[in-house]
Amino acid sequence: MIVAEQKPFEEIKTKIANANKVLVVGCGTCVTVCFAGGEKEAGILASSLRMASKVDGKEKQIDEVTVQRQCEWEYLDTIKEKIGEYDLILSLACGIGVQAIAEHFPNARAIPGLNTAFLGMPVEQGVWAERCAACGNCILDLTGGICPIARCSKSLLNGPCGGSDEGKCEISGKDRTVDCAWDMIVKKLMARGELDKLMEIEPAKNWQTSRDGGPRRIAREDLMLAKE
Amino acid sequence: MAEGTNGYKSGSTLEKILRAGKFAATAELGPPKNADAEVIRKKATLLKGVADGVNITDNQTAIVRMSSIAAATLSVQNGVEPIMQMTCRDRNRLAMQADMLGAYALGIRNLLCLSGDHQQFGNHTTAKNVYDMDSMTLVRMVKDLRDGNKFQCGEEIKGTNPRFFIGAAENPFADPFDFRPYRLAKKAQAGADFIQTQLIYNVPKFREFMKRVVDLGVHEKVYILAGVGPIKTAGAAKYMRDQVPGMDVPSEIVARMEAAGKGIEDKKEKAAAAREEGIKICVELIQQMREIPGVAGVHIMAIEWEEAVKPIMERAGLLPRPIVGGQP
Repeated sequence: MIVAEQKPFEEIKTKIANANKVLVVGCGTCVTVCFAGGEKEAGILASSLRMASKVDGKEKQIDEVTVQRQCEWEYLDTIKEKIGEYDLILSLACGIGVQAIAEHFPNARAIPGLNTAFLGMPVEQGVWAERCAACGNCILDLTGGICPIARCSKSLLNGPCGGSDEGKCEISGKDRTVDCAWDMIVKKLMARGELDKLMEIEPAKNWQTSRDGGPRRIAREDLMLAKE
Repeated sequence: MAEGTNGYKSGSTLEKILRAGKFAATAELGPPKNADAEVIRKKATLLKGVADGVNITDNQTAIVRMSSIAAATLSVQNGVEPIMQMTCRDRNRLAMQADMLGAYALGIRNLLCLSGDHQQFGNHTTAKNVYDMDSMTLVRMVKDLRDGNKFQCGEEIKGTNPRFFIGAAENPFADPFDFRPYRLAKKAQAGADFIQTQLIYNVPKFREFMKRVVDLGVHEKVYILAGVGPIKTAGAAKYMRDQVPGMDVPSEIVARMEAAGKGIEDKKEKAAAAREEGIKICVELIQQMREIPGVAGVHIMAIEWEEAVKPIMERAGLLPRPIVGGQP
């Protein structure tokens, strides 16, 4: 899923400073699951901003609404009537949701309330970790199901580098929170007796399918509606 | 194909020494954190005739310094053969190949291929890194430029192609230990001609590593230069033991460095005693490296202490350097 976290409260306050009517729009999908921008967080943020505006002596109208998915037009249509009533839309979706609102409602001023962090998953209560870099050319079959593009700090295809230290990446410093992806890959494949796989030199990656190839798009004719 | 290599891959002094079966010795020349060519000239003076080649680091530890290509060129001009380092952190395959064409045109003949320290360690932690390639695919690319006469994309090089003596690094003390000899084999397979290792202080562990390397027969495919270096102070020894990932400094070394200055009141004399002990340990390490099967030479890393290299080489009995000419 897409993992995000809320921007600092003070930053959000500054961003909405010039608006009088603000609609906080939560999203019911990924950011709900990672407790960053769902119905509950939208409610808490809206009431905190209301209180703060009262304290500052310039009371604003701040309302909240949550749509099932901010990244699909049909769900955004459910708030079509509301949008026009506000001079600022504070989206608590990932960057996709913010852009969907901006695109679907060209007259609305949509700003982000979250920082979209990565594609990942919860690994323990309250902790999320990156798992995929969406490089567009998956090689997990070669690496024991552990992605070196997303999980090696240098995205090495022939690791581990000299900074692998007792299973940890050298960048993790004293708190040692970053696992060395290549340590995991090597140990897993060696335990399986697949040293031969590790000895294959993985050639330089074709990054065309990644962001480096420009903005990406998938078009599937089998799913497209027939042209009239 | 380039002319005049006379049967050698690159014709560099380092290549000639190693192929003649002589025990090689390389050193390090760190470029300055400014634009002063005089710094290179001074350091080159200290290293001229003392080593078979000197590594010119490439934004080492992710700290901006004079570019390795410029510093290596100045080194050539000052009569010291450079081993130009190139990392994958700051350049993509276009920039790396462009620099290789330029470096070769400027007379640089040795190239050491590294992935590069992550920018988190350096002085520009907010930078975007590149890592278009890794050290393994970089080695292969340099080999293809030389032996395949082609660019990474497969396009033929028309005219002079860059013909480098190809180096790579390996850290015998990084984890997982069991895979390290295989990774070295992989670098040889990718096309490395020589390997320089991380600094060695734990000799028994390095011996075990080399035993595995020799068992795999890798020492016959690639020249292995063991990394050694003088320690300046007891504090530096402790720091390397406790703080630097991938470094293995036994406590005996720290204890020797601490003992060296003990009882000396004068600060200058105390520091000099520590430096002397550091040089002594380094000389001993070189002697031990010479006895380890599969070791073809040493790489002396006297970081920001280029003055130490000559006394180390002298005491290790490695001077004067052999002169190798003719054909391999």
